[in-house]
Amino acid sequence: MFKLSIVTPEKIFKELEVNSIIAPGSEGYLGVLTNHAPLITTLVPGKLTAKDKNNQEKNYAISGGFLEVYKNQVTILADSIESLENIDIERAQKALDRAKKRLKSKDPGIDIPRASAAVRRALNRIKIYDSYIKRM
Amino acid sequence: MQALREIRRRIRSVQNTQQITKAMEMVAAARLKKAQSKVESSRPYANKLQNLLKNLSRVKGVAFHPLFQKKEQVKKTLLFLITSDRGLCGPFNTNIIKEAESFLKNYEKNKISLITVGKKGFNFFRKKHWEIEQKYLGLEGRVEISQLKSMTNLLIELFLSKKVDEVYILYTKFINPVTSEVTLEKFLDIESEKEEGKEEIKYIFEPNIDKIFKVLLPKYCINKIQMALFESFASEHGSRMTAMSSATKNAEEMIEELTLTRNKLRQSAITKEMLEIASGAEALKG
Repeated sequence: MFKLSIVTPEKIFKELEVNSIIAPGSEGYLGVLTNHAPLITTLVPGKLTAKDKNNQEKNYAISGGFLEVYKNQVTILADSIESLENIDIERAQKALDRAKKRLKSKDPGIDIPRASAAVRRALNRIKIYDSYIKRM
Repeated sequence: MQALREIRRRIRSVQNTQQITKAMEMVAAARLKKAQSKVESSRPYANKLQNLLKNLSRVKGVAFHPLFQKKEQVKKTLLFLITSDRGLCGPFNTNIIKEAESFLKNYEKNKISLITVGKKGFNFFRKKHWEIEQKYLGLEGRVEISQLKSMTNLLIELFLSKKVDEVYILYTKFINPVTSEVTLEKFLDIESEKEEGKEEIKYIFEPNIDKIFKVLLPKYCINKIQMALFESFASEHGSRMTAMSSATKNAEEMIEELTLTRNKLRQSAITKEMLEIASGAEALKG
């Protein structure tokens, strides 16, 4: 068991005791168990899975940030995060359309890295939401 | 009679003013509540981000990012000053401008330039002919993420292009609605965040420390500016609320005093009239 705290720029999102987590690291998904070595990694948009002491899974859509492991204390600094049930699918769909439109337009003022990051974030939310719907 | 009418008019005018200050107090209180919860709920992230940076800077053999690099010779300094757009907020602007002036005293005019947030600071220092690099007016307690990014990018760009060699932020830290503290912090270089002496934590880095810094530092800078703005906004509302509440109280006292005077005058006018009537009657009898 170790402590997981998730903070976003707006608030402390969650603090909980967990058995293991699986997080979307920039080099691929990585798992953290108790007594993991100190680690710092950047996160990319993806699914964050936390298992509590009864191995109950909780899933979140995270859109990037940092993860720090130090002495059985895991801190996730998330850019933004929602639990599976709280994903606003309409908003994600709209964001996706908007970002795609921006990428397609030939306007030289478009910030391409930013727009493609928006696409990735929106796709991530949609994908996670779909997997949740299928399971129901 | 003239005096009595004059006093009645004063009472009415003070009453009107009191209504206004009361309304302003209530508005400020509502805004303060929002701003306070915003600043308090975003503090944990800011602290954690800062801790992360501190831990990282302790790692030996880090190829340092240029933002960390202390300039050997400081030719030009930049002060990022946060004031408010509106007045009537007690000593809020006076305090921070005073502090800014005592900071500026140490520099010659061509050795420093300012970036001001808020009308009050801009107007004051423009009149005194200090160099103002950029101004941000009319934020009114709201700041868009794009605006925040452009502010931060401007600061970083000035620093990296060697137009300025140090950047300081001067803002008002929110402690509670009646207390705030003018705070001066060095923003760039970030050297001050480095902690010497403490033992290095042997972290595993993924993908590698340079890439982490590349993502972390812009976020850290934006967050720092954002926090300074949030703190200032909350302090401004707190200060305005306190100022308006004491103004309301003062008006109350003034009304009481004036009412007392009015009643005394009225009383003496009546007595005088009675005396006149009585003495008139006496004269008739005589």
